[in-house]
Amino acid sequence: MPESDAPKLPERPRLAPGVRLHFDKTRDAWVLLGPERVIEAEGPASEILRRCDGSRTVAQIVDELAVLYTADRAEIEGDVNDMLADLATKRMLAI
Amino acid sequence: MSGPALTAPLGLLAELTHRCPLACPYCSNPLTLDNRADELDAATWARVFREAAAMGVLQVHLSGGEPASRRDLVEIVAAARDAGLYTNLITSAIGLEPARLERLKDVGLDHVQLSIQDVEAESADRIAGYPGAHVRKLAFAQSVARLGLALTVNAVIHRANIDRVAALVETAASLGAGRVEIAHAQYYGWAFRNRQALMPTRDQVHRAMREMEVIRPQYLGRLVIDLVVPDYYARRPKACMGGWARRSLNVTPSGRVLPCHAAETIPGLEFWSVRDRPLDAIWRDSPAFQAFRGTDWMPEPCRSCDQREIDFGGCRCQALAITGDAAATDPACELSPHHSRMLELAEAASSGTEERYAYRGRVARDDPMPMGTTPIPAH
Repeated sequence: MPESDAPKLPERPRLAPGVRLHFDKTRDAWVLLGPERVIEAEGPASEILRRCDGSRTVAQIVDELAVLYTADRAEIEGDVNDMLADLATKRMLAI
Repeated sequence: MSGPALTAPLGLLAELTHRCPLACPYCSNPLTLDNRADELDAATWARVFREAAAMGVLQVHLSGGEPASRRDLVEIVAAARDAGLYTNLITSAIGLEPARLERLKDVGLDHVQLSIQDVEAESADRIAGYPGAHVRKLAFAQSVARLGLALTVNAVIHRANIDRVAALVETAASLGAGRVEIAHAQYYGWAFRNRQALMPTRDQVHRAMREMEVIRPQYLGRLVIDLVVPDYYARRPKACMGGWARRSLNVTPSGRVLPCHAAETIPGLEFWSVRDRPLDAIWRDSPAFQAFRGTDWMPEPCRSCDQREIDFGGCRCQALAITGDAAATDPACELSPHHSRMLELAEAASSGTEERYAYRGRVARDDPMPMGTTPIPAH
């Protein structure tokens, strides 16, 4: 039987094969493209996604965004974890 | 000027050829197939892809027929990628050997969608009308996984396989797919013609839908499950194509531009060709795209319905097939005066014992009787 647990987050997140970030000139917006999926990636989302390159740890991504947005680290950490968990559920991170 | 606001399309279905070694009885291609001699060349496809990207299309679905039947497939995929499009190859696997798949990856192919017909070879090959197809598909999926390409497995669901939807999902997972499409047959074209042999009973549909609900959480984060719902036993219609001429367009092998792949079943629509005009002009102005765009064309009960911008009146091709009028409310809607007729048609078709298929492309379009049950070898 398949496992029913929610997916675990990778230590160094990377977009899954078949998923890539793309700048849509027509709509002037970053979008995440996947199989039969087009997901708008506004401001902070695109900044998180472009750092999911398999080399940075989640902690590094949080650090960089906290600097970029001069924001509270704990708050950024929550946002990043939520977004990565959502992406993992949608099978958009490499496993 | 009035009329609906024009949004940019997101997706382009590029039917590169109608040639296909398989002969599935629910094929989405029209009953009259385009000839090889009439197919657009690779240079024209490259222009279409550039025009599509410039007007806002993000994803191209390279389909057929079997796209691998085109010897210039690598060139075509490279052109789509060069245009900046997300490239999705929709294939049966037959005729796409590992070396060519690797070249497709090298030119930037983003994603592969593989069709399977059932979970075991005998039934799968009978449905496809091609002995040996199933084992070749399994081998192909291994090649896709070995190359690290993203894979979706697609299965069209009908009477011969509906009792195995859970097994089909598990097969997709075992093949390394990240996504599976469980697509209940949509009854236009070949599927409408074969509905006596394809239509499941209402009980089968309900059982299959329940089964999907049960298994879905088990695959969370491991396999994305997309369901194309059956609408013969539904109460409300599907938002076919996300609305006519609203989100996507389809280019046929010979270059005609359609709002959906079955649109040519509708008599009286005027389709324009990429051979004659740029794609954005066709999207904006062609009579076929304008015919049912927005809500102005709608009759009652759609016109005053609060769902009119949610389901867009359902499917025009289904309205035509059941009511004889493409501008009628989709009879899948319980508010349609033809709703009971659709249900009767489904129940009559599903209660029969017909097992013979009119195999796609192997019978003349007006041939009254399906051919026998034995698949015809392609070679």
